[in-house]
Amino acid sequence: MTDIKKNDSHEKKSNTSTESNTMTTTQLTTREKVELSLGRRRAAETRFRLYGMASVFFGMLCLVVLFTDIASKGTGAFKQTSLTTEIVLDSDYLNLNKESTIDEIRFANFDGLIKRHFAKMLKPKGRSAKRELFKLISPGASWQLQELLLANPDAIDTSVSIELLMDDDVDQWFKHDRELAEGHMNDRLSDQQLVWLNSWIEEGKLDTHFNTLFFTNGDSREPELAGIHGAIKGTLLTLMVTLILSFPIGVAAAIYLEEFAPRNRMTEIVEININNLAAVPSIIFGLLGMAIFINIFGVSRSTPLLGGLVLTLMTLPTIIISARAAIKSVPPSIREAAYGLGASKNQVVFHHVLPLAMPGMLTGTILGMAQALGETAPLLMIGMVAFVVDVPGFINDPSTVLPVQIFLWSDSPERAFLERTSGAILVLLSFLVVMNTTAVILRRRLERRW
Amino acid sequence: MNTSMQHIENHITTGIPLSDKPKLSARNVDVFYGDKQAIHDVTLDIGANEVIALIGPSGCGKSTFLRTLNRMNDTIDICSIKGEILLDDENIYGPDVDTVPLRARVGMVFQKPNPFPKSIYDNVAYGPRIHGLAQSRVELDETVEKSLQRAGLWNEVKDRLHSPGTGLSGGQQQRLCIARTIAVDPEVILMDEPCSALDPIATAKIEELIDDLREKYTIAIVTHSMQQAARVSQRTAYFHLGQLIEVNPTKQVFTTPQHELTEAYITGRFG
Repeated sequence: MTDIKKNDSHEKKSNTSTESNTMTTTQLTTREKVELSLGRRRAAETRFRLYGMASVFFGMLCLVVLFTDIASKGTGAFKQTSLTTEIVLDSDYLNLNKESTIDEIRFANFDGLIKRHFAKMLKPKGRSAKRELFKLISPGASWQLQELLLANPDAIDTSVSIELLMDDDVDQWFKHDRELAEGHMNDRLSDQQLVWLNSWIEEGKLDTHFNTLFFTNGDSREPELAGIHGAIKGTLLTLMVTLILSFPIGVAAAIYLEEFAPRNRMTEIVEININNLAAVPSIIFGLLGMAIFINIFGVSRSTPLLGGLVLTLMTLPTIIISARAAIKSVPPSIREAAYGLGASKNQVVFHHVLPLAMPGMLTGTILGMAQALGETAPLLMIGMVAFVVDVPGFINDPSTVLPVQIFLWSDSPERAFLERTSGAILVLLSFLVVMNTTAVILRRRLERRW
Repeated sequence: MNTSMQHIENHITTGIPLSDKPKLSARNVDVFYGDKQAIHDVTLDIGANEVIALIGPSGCGKSTFLRTLNRMNDTIDICSIKGEILLDDENIYGPDVDTVPLRARVGMVFQKPNPFPKSIYDNVAYGPRIHGLAQSRVELDETVEKSLQRAGLWNEVKDRLHSPGTGLSGGQQQRLCIARTIAVDPEVILMDEPCSALDPIATAKIEELIDDLREKYTIAIVTHSMQQAARVSQRTAYFHLGQLIEVNPTKQVFTTPQHELTEAYITGRFG
């Protein structure tokens, strides 16, 4: 090693002969050492950059796979197959007239009318053929007629053109299996049913439309009638309760702990426990809610009020921790300036610390709410997993929430429910994206430089 | 060199620590951070309408002493104080003294310019607002204008009073902080190295300003620059390891210091 260096230095020396011998030797060895280590350092840097890029790429890939999978399965849920048909609203059969009251219309036999209509049209032979025919039409069809008549009572005894909802088996076949070869046909439909359906397709009567029912209906046992309106309303009510409770409580707790609490053992214990609470599995909060809110305070189960209370318990640590971090990040020079002018503690906190910490607090709160939005486990414990058809009106009505609705549907055997599961996931994800974007925008907007 | 690092037992401040017409008087003040004593038995008068410079090597306790004068050290939990500090013959560490009116009477300007992240107007108006000094909007406008004029900033900012104070240059920010302090009309202004973050031109402006302010206010200034102390102050107090070594008229301190430690410091042998 030393030999090489000496040789090197001699070579260099012949080029720049003005410098003294010893000087050149030391200079070159130092430079050589630096250059040697430089290669190593550069290599490490490049390696690390590659690792980083690989992990980012892997993360992106997972995300893309997840989203394409859900989107490809879920977009079907936003379309629904229906049959365009002309049907006469026979006043004799329905036993109605133009002066009929709403109740009379509600109890009229639309189901029978539809059955009679299709029996006349396709003339099925025998009881089993009839049953097969009627199975193609959704139970929601009679409800469609009823709605139509309620909206326009004058339509009685006229022939109306209506897009009648088809059964979920027809819907799935029409959307996905139509193109499949004979042998792989969906065996939920008989040959006779397929003949009828194909004739409708040839006549151009069978088509898909945007599935508004998915957004306006509550849950249902019939997939083509099941919607997420109830779940969305339940989610909004639950999150409203959570926000109204957890934001003021969380911020007040953070301000007290950070600014007013005496530094003693008691405060320390409280702080440690808040940090620990953030790591408690969420289902424990559900048990706590059941034990305390239901058993002791008698809050009725399955309601957004109860869900909101439980989610408040779960979100509070997140909000308190982020709010405290936001308060801590307010530069001490601002506090000093305010104290130096004779501001009282309250004035310092509310005039200076709180406004400066607000963006951080809001970000933490929105992230906490996003976490609460996706929470399922604790809500299972307090009965929000119930099958609720009605859309909740207020926070004391039984309801469910989006993630629980997804959980419920994912358990159903019908294929159409699988599609709706993915559809509901898409809606939930878009809610989350909106909330997180709001958090980012809020932070950008409110952030002030000092 | 060795003697400079040692604590002097039973030191009595050399020179003239007392004043004929004292505004603020410290009597036998000890300051502790936890178990560590930062200030040892300091007795010093700050006379009305004088500028007193507090000098000394880093960590000598001059900033700590300054902050005891308006009880800014109260915000530090482990800090405790013995002795008396009298503002117009009233002990500011007395049992029923409120720090809010005290700090309105004894204002403070900090080392780093620290304007609030608000408009220039709101920065200056903040003090009058919280103390309820202005009865009307017009009166508040007048106070803001007067304070900015006193701080020599009015002409530079009069067209952009509602733009953020943090957008000003360092020197302007510091003058804004001075304007904010005098808007409350204090009796004493404490300055903790007000020019250490500023360039020479901004420093010169602040020094001029200090000279003007002396007519109305009593000023105590901590500084690391001995030239600055020589330029702006009438009396100079030299601190060393928490002790007040010497207090004398500025001219005397810089020409014929009485104490050997003072001499060592101003001739640059340590510090």
